[in-house]
Amino acid sequence: MSQSAIKAAPVKVAGVDRRERPSPGERASRLLEQSWRPVALLLACFAVWWVIAAAELVEPYLVPSPGATLDVLTGKADYIWQHSWVTTYETLLGFLIAVVVGVFAAVIMVYSATVEKTLYPILLFAQVVPKIAIAPLFVVWLGFGIAPKILIAVLIAFFPVVISMVTGLKAVDPEMLQLSSTMGASPWQTFVKIRMPASLPHLFSGLKVAVTLAVTGAVVGEFVGANEGLGYVILQANGNLDTPMLFAGLLVMSLIGVVLFVLVEIAEKLLLPWHASRRETGVTTTY
Amino acid sequence: MTMPRNTTVREPDVTNDRQGGPSATTPAVGIKDVAVRFRTKNRDVTALTDVDLDVRAGEFVAIVGPSGCGKSTLLKLVAGLLKPSTGDVLLGGERVRGPRHDIGYVFQRAALLEWRSARRNILLQAEMRKMPAELGRRRADELIATTGLSGFEDALPHELSGGMQQRVALCRALLHEPPVLLMDEPFGALDALTREQMNTELNRIWRETGTTVLLVTHSISEACYLADRVVVMSARPGTITEIIDVGLPAERDYTETMGRPEFREATTHIRGLLGAASAQD
Repeated sequence: MSQSAIKAAPVKVAGVDRRERPSPGERASRLLEQSWRPVALLLACFAVWWVIAAAELVEPYLVPSPGATLDVLTGKADYIWQHSWVTTYETLLGFLIAVVVGVFAAVIMVYSATVEKTLYPILLFAQVVPKIAIAPLFVVWLGFGIAPKILIAVLIAFFPVVISMVTGLKAVDPEMLQLSSTMGASPWQTFVKIRMPASLPHLFSGLKVAVTLAVTGAVVGEFVGANEGLGYVILQANGNLDTPMLFAGLLVMSLIGVVLFVLVEIAEKLLLPWHASRRETGVTTTY
Repeated sequence: MTMPRNTTVREPDVTNDRQGGPSATTPAVGIKDVAVRFRTKNRDVTALTDVDLDVRAGEFVAIVGPSGCGKSTLLKLVAGLLKPSTGDVLLGGERVRGPRHDIGYVFQRAALLEWRSARRNILLQAEMRKMPAELGRRRADELIATTGLSGFEDALPHELSGGMQQRVALCRALLHEPPVLLMDEPFGALDALTREQMNTELNRIWRETGTTVLLVTHSISEACYLADRVVVMSARPGTITEIIDVGLPAERDYTETMGRPEFREATTHIRGLLGAASAQD
């Protein structure tokens, strides 16, 4: 990175396309161009919701008006904030543990066929067991604290991480590995300089799935037994037929999922600029 | 050591004794009675059989043959990426027992790391070998200049054309000044014009570095334009049909060479051999 003493002049030569960085204005207009459709759709949904509620097509206690939901969100902001934080905390911790454990498991599975054969059936088993069904057991074992929620989040987010990382590590060009051995590279060098970076795009697609699943995991844990968190808020609201609060809880929950997803995407763009730029332009390389 | 068979005895070129490589009497590459057999699920496949070949230091040898005749297998044997079932492979007079580090390898696909710029892809060779950083950088700069990559050092592989990518791969293979350069259809995926250009450049680089080159190719004219000798192989089980001495001077102008009688004679002869081989198939 720093060793480039001579900066490449932005020359245009056949076969090479060096794109200039877009100006802030261009970027803003590009963002607007990309996002107006989903924003419009979202607004349309809210409009439909508002019409249904305002015309009282459905009983208000079944579908609260957007206004009533907003009142709850602002009027009970402290309450919602406090419980949202708990859920976010459980989700993030669960996600991070899943990433660390998942990446580690993937690496040893790729480097040892024996470990892979031993571990894979167990992984698959852990994946197919409905997490909702084992959640009560975790509560029995670990109590009502945040531990069972984190554990369920880990369990649910772990699988996509392992699968994507294993795929990524195995997708390395075999010729690249042969080249590496002619260079006299140690297995560690090959891993750090070739295999690991090459697997990151795969890993990130798994991370995006994992982070949204982690929210589900945390909330499922809260449903089974908790006295805090958004899952608890929703259960309480449900019991009291407090649909505005229920809707507010749902909105915030989705918002957490979306924000975490976007954060992973931003991390991907920052860590893998080469991958992002390649995806934007489409694969134009001709070998 | 005996002189390579099927060849007229020639005085070794002046280029042979550069960079302390093996002396002219020890072949840079020696392949002795080599056979390679693979075991697949339901049958044994003989990829190569009875292969004998000596390559002098500084010599350029091209290998042509029909698809699946084991040309690539032969290069992998020399690099130590594959083990022969029987026979011996010698590199610099030393028996090949595992992946060798005193070679440069170029594949048909450039096989570049897409997150690294052209320069950093070339420097991978230096990093893996733990070469002194200053030396690696200097060598990379020299190679970038000689291969016409100047101005593209900081471009990522996907921003480069196929020809440029292959130049990067060539620089990476030459960074550590290997005594032997192995090339497996390096220009096979390039358009005809770029290919001619790369051929001219490879001829110049070979003359300048004095490296021994083993080039696998599908193109008969490419083989004859570049090589001192062309090894013609037959289809499965792959074996050497004939070794042709092209008999052209080391320095070759592309258009001029194409028109020379030696060149036309060699290509016609090889075309005949390969035609006969595929007719038997």
